[in-house]
Amino acid sequence: MRNENHTDKQEFNITVYTENHIGLLTRVAIIFSRRKINVESLNTSPSEIEGIHRFNIVITETAEVVRKIAGQIEKQIGVLKVYFNTNQDVVWQEMALYKVPTDVIAERAIVERLLRENGARAVVIRKDYTVFETTGQREETDNLIKVLQPYGLIEFVRSARIAIIKDSDGFHRKLQEFEQSEPHDEVVENEYLNSREKVFTM
Amino acid sequence: MLTKEKPAPASSPKQAQTITGAEALILALLEEKVDTIFGYPGGAIMPVYDALYDYTDKLNHVLVRHEQGGIHAGQGYARSSGKVGVVFATSGPGATNLVTGLADAQIDSTPLVCITGQVFAHLLGTDAFQETDILNITTPVTKWNYQVTDASEIPDVLAKAFYIARSGRPGPVLIDITKNAQLQTFDFTGYQPCKHIRSYRPKPTVRHEYIQQAAELINQAQKPFILWGQGVMLGSAEQEFKTFVEKSGIPAAWTIMGAGALATDHPQNVGMLGMHGNYGPNVLTNECDVLIAIGMRFDDRVTGRLDKYAKQAKVVHLDIDPTEIGKNVPVAVPVWGDCKETLPLLTELVEAKDHLEWLGKFRKYNDQEIEAVIQDELFPTSEEMTMGEVVQQLNELTSGDAIVVTDVGQHQMVACRYAKLNHTRSNITSGGLGTMGFALPAAIGAKFGAQDRTVVAVIGDGGFQMTLQELGTIMQTGVDVKILILNNQFLGMVRQWQELFHERRYSFVAIASPDFVKVASGYGISGKSVSKREDLRGALQEMLSHKGSFLLEVMVTKENNVFPMVPQGCSVSEIRLK
Repeated sequence: MRNENHTDKQEFNITVYTENHIGLLTRVAIIFSRRKINVESLNTSPSEIEGIHRFNIVITETAEVVRKIAGQIEKQIGVLKVYFNTNQDVVWQEMALYKVPTDVIAERAIVERLLRENGARAVVIRKDYTVFETTGQREETDNLIKVLQPYGLIEFVRSARIAIIKDSDGFHRKLQEFEQSEPHDEVVENEYLNSREKVFTM
Repeated sequence: MLTKEKPAPASSPKQAQTITGAEALILALLEEKVDTIFGYPGGAIMPVYDALYDYTDKLNHVLVRHEQGGIHAGQGYARSSGKVGVVFATSGPGATNLVTGLADAQIDSTPLVCITGQVFAHLLGTDAFQETDILNITTPVTKWNYQVTDASEIPDVLAKAFYIARSGRPGPVLIDITKNAQLQTFDFTGYQPCKHIRSYRPKPTVRHEYIQQAAELINQAQKPFILWGQGVMLGSAEQEFKTFVEKSGIPAAWTIMGAGALATDHPQNVGMLGMHGNYGPNVLTNECDVLIAIGMRFDDRVTGRLDKYAKQAKVVHLDIDPTEIGKNVPVAVPVWGDCKETLPLLTELVEAKDHLEWLGKFRKYNDQEIEAVIQDELFPTSEEMTMGEVVQQLNELTSGDAIVVTDVGQHQMVACRYAKLNHTRSNITSGGLGTMGFALPAAIGAKFGAQDRTVVAVIGDGGFQMTLQELGTIMQTGVDVKILILNNQFLGMVRQWQELFHERRYSFVAIASPDFVKVASGYGISGKSVSKREDLRGALQEMLSHKGSFLLEVMVTKENNVFPMVPQGCSVSEIRLK
């Protein structure tokens, strides 16, 4: 497909359901590094299903490259399923923690107002410092850094992105099918079948 | 199957027996019907070798001279027999010496199970003696790898390893077993072959709508063209393929990995694809209207410049690996599946035709190629011998029934272009990785995998010197391998490129060789060197009829080039005849 969507680079959210095996992270990671693609964000943690982990990976690439990469990841033994979505197709969040001196917060009402405006909440309050937490998209968490910097931001950390796929109906049913030795047709998806026009063009 | 002579562990479930991890490994190999192992012992795999000592009546262990030789032999065995090649190596350097062979097997889809010893689990990560992180080193070049640290895992892990190596698109698997797990005893309750892994789908359900669409395209085509690769052999679908080719009447060309799946002299076999392939198949790739790719992956050596590759054609691609479909060449009809299943379905729907006029076009190009290249290569009038005439003489003497194992470079291209192959699994070469040093050990393995066949290793003077230590393996096992060295005193392919693209600046391509016949003689292997045409046929005859291995060195002309050639960065239709 030679339209703009296909050849322009944009952020993609790659969701990977895997077994919880040692070494699988390397197998997934080298698929990107081999092609010299930078992983901008990577989150891996247990999914809602016992024994199944879910990766959220963010890269900036063209749709065509992402489609091929998703196929390569899904081919790895230990990987159950890979989805890839643009930012429009997911609801995504990152979490950030900010450590600031408590005396500044206590003394300056303006800081308190700024924190409130940015939806931050205090996680820990000690005599010497306070840790605030916000959840949001990149610009939002970035914005609070800027806000707090003049007031002596001591330390900052941000989590990887996590994303929910808007039109997904979950993974339970699919997993049950994978566990059968002869998976049903619909489960062994043939991407070429239902979305062939999107995938292949002459 | 296990026999009863040994009081040992039966494989029937329930009756638990206490055995060591090392013995469990050996029992797993027997259950998987392994008959040959290529390996080299060392400290961290000693318990396995100790267990093997009790089973030498059932398992033939071939002691190689270097682990790289061991894995290439495993590859040769797998390629000639269609079975899984099994390789043993110790930890550290033993394991790292497998890496080239793993990469080769991965890119050429060769089923292997490699067992490496590893230091005791409590020493992992301490830079212990002969410790390397072989799992992470081999992750990019294995289909699957796994480290065992507890003996009780061994039966299931081995079952999984064999299942993964041989199913779907085959590939190499490496199992690293720590020494404590080899020594540890556990209750063995029997071996269960693996038939399903929930996170692995070796082959898809075939979708008939695509077979239908493929057949429609093929039936409408005026100039259809079949490209086939190794997938036809990997799927054991040679007969299904032949039936499809013959019913459809479509001309068919092969990738180097596919050579021999359809006999060389089949009237619809129009030759080899790619950089040094035949003239017609390359030129007409850019003229056909429907391109039917079967079990091949459009490697850059086959396609040349991609944006000028078969742009006029609608592509039908049959492959078991979905990630190959649409990877390099846009596809109109993706037939995802095992070609053993998809080809008969397609054959049923295609109309019987003969495409005589279109086939005639391939013949016309072939006539031009004969005149410009082949005649002089196979029947030269020059004083010095060509590689092609050696292969031609070999064809006449073997009638095309031998297994031809080749190394990498000019002789490889010449041998693959001109070797007459009557049977499948008769062309064993390092296609994807281009591993010099492959041929000698692979030929040893090929012979073990197909003991009733003549195995001829065609090797250049450069490649032979990379793994000639395996002459020791031949000496010790007495395996019968015919070694044919085509000596042009150059690293010929690099020299050819330097001549054509680097103004003949012959930078480090002149290579000196020892007296190969004397080297062979040192290993107790008979040999001969010939440099005159009148001696060639007799020497080849002597090599073939000699009982046991024989090394024949043929001195060929030094600065011959392999043509035709699709220069790098050019389209297949820009193939040059000189």
